[in-house]
Amino acid sequence: MPDLGPLWLSLALAGVTTVFLLLIGTPLAWWLSGTDSRFKPAIEAVTALPLVLPPTVLGFYFLIALGPASPVGSFWLQVTGDALTFSFSGLVIASIFYSLPFMVQPLQNSFESIGRGPLEAAGSLRAGPLDAFFSVVVPLSRRGFITAAVLSFAHTIGEFGVVLMVGGNIPGKTRVISIAIYEHVETLNYGEAHVLSAGLLVAAFAVLLFVYSLRRGGRLNV
Amino acid sequence: MSDSAAKSLSLRIRVSFPGFDLAVDQNIDLAGVTGLFGPSGSGKSTLLRAIAGFESAAEGTLRFGGDTWLETANSICVPPHQRPVGFVFQDARLFPHLDVAGNLHYSHSRSDRSDREISYEEVVSAFDLESLLQRNVNGLSGGERQRVAIGRTLLTQPGLLLLDEPLAALDVGRKSEILPYLEQLPKRFGIPTIYVSHAVNEMARLADDVVVLENGKICATGPASSILSHDNLQLSSMPFEAVTILHVTVVEHLHELHLTRVAHNGQHLTVPLIAGAANADSVRLSIRAGDVVLATTEPQGISVRNVLSGILTEVVPLEGSAFATVSVSIDGVPLKAQLTRHAIAELGLKPGIPVFALIKTASFDRSL
Repeated sequence: MPDLGPLWLSLALAGVTTVFLLLIGTPLAWWLSGTDSRFKPAIEAVTALPLVLPPTVLGFYFLIALGPASPVGSFWLQVTGDALTFSFSGLVIASIFYSLPFMVQPLQNSFESIGRGPLEAAGSLRAGPLDAFFSVVVPLSRRGFITAAVLSFAHTIGEFGVVLMVGGNIPGKTRVISIAIYEHVETLNYGEAHVLSAGLLVAAFAVLLFVYSLRRGGRLNV
Repeated sequence: MSDSAAKSLSLRIRVSFPGFDLAVDQNIDLAGVTGLFGPSGSGKSTLLRAIAGFESAAEGTLRFGGDTWLETANSICVPPHQRPVGFVFQDARLFPHLDVAGNLHYSHSRSDRSDREISYEEVVSAFDLESLLQRNVNGLSGGERQRVAIGRTLLTQPGLLLLDEPLAALDVGRKSEILPYLEQLPKRFGIPTIYVSHAVNEMARLADDVVVLENGKICATGPASSILSHDNLQLSSMPFEAVTILHVTVVEHLHELHLTRVAHNGQHLTVPLIAGAANADSVRLSIRAGDVVLATTEPQGISVRNVLSGILTEVVPLEGSAFATVSVSIDGVPLKAQLTRHAIAELGLKPGIPVFALIKTASFDRSL
């Protein structure tokens, strides 16, 4: 039986990242879906950067931005007594940016397809903006939320380059499943690499199958 | 429910989009149903949306009764959910994630408990929603959707009801199905209402007063009977056939013949059975000018049942057409008839001569 520590660490990282992304990505996607601001294209471009940049580039800059010498890193060190780099917290921060487009884009599409109509209707029925968002927009975007959360979670599980740059390979702290596979291969431990890789392969297929079934609209009557 | 006391709507509003400018400066006393009438693109819906607070581009001043909803000069703009306005959209906009009862509860639970004059049960009964309550809204017909939408809106206890072409998306049969529900609104709930439409027949059926909008400007206001009969009104972008509105009293129902006899200043008319009206009830009839035939002698041996005698008062030729609009005073009430200029010349019709106005019973058909 291979060491399952990296698996649990990956699940924890993806879970925490997805929760933070829901909190950050939802208002961002909502703003993007409704704004006429001239900053919209710039914000959208920044959000989409992780889709096109090599993870090493992101990881490199995160390593610098989160390092003890940086303002963020030194502040964190003062407050918590721990460095952000090569820590679980640092991985979460990097993952939030790395998976941001997978949260924001499905939500933004979902909000845009709903349009302003239901929101106006809710307003005319005495629902304030926040009330209308939670009582109308969220239920109507159920599919978008599920897609966004599942993709963010899965994408975080699959990250490698950013983790390696920011987190390194510390068992129990930053050694997530993709890093563990890399190490098994490096040390010619193919048996364990197979177990973890095949598991990830099957899990990823199951996730994508679920998401595409949702898109076909067969599963949820929303 | 009490009858609606007139509330004043004070509009000094400008809404500008690229290529479109709505500028309105008008006080409107709202009592009963005020029709907002005009061709497509005249700004009717934009004005209605500005009143509800949906148009963020609206500038100026907007007051309803003693409340200020918009005063750009002092940065006052009350958001839509804080204006006591009920808005019924052309496309109903029911919430698809809720069933019919859920849609009704949505507004009911958000209304102010202390001034709930309209009860849930009353709305369900007024719009015959009992059998629909558990239905998914996606399975409803267009007419059913609008009934739910109007009921849902009334449950917000609105002080002003705004209806934005609620019949426009419905086919002819469905329009007739929903009309009786709209007609009962003023009497049953007593809420001042603004009804937007470009359809003359809807105005004739529902509106007490009419405000005419053309190219973003109000070009006429007045009682429906005078506006729709073309007194002082020519719309260049939307010529429409003049309509006479007669307020008549029900005399008797002839159930076996499916007819109702009504009286208008002592003269009688026979119209298709008006279901739901009791004897001595006052009923509104509308007659399109093209459905009126004039004769100079009392006709004999013809099928037309309705012959009203009156005095011809006015002949107004319609520019560039074969027709003229003729006014006939029926005991002081002007009835409009559209005749060919040719016929007017041959019969020698001119103001002052006595005539008989013939109206086929079928032209009183109250469906749209």
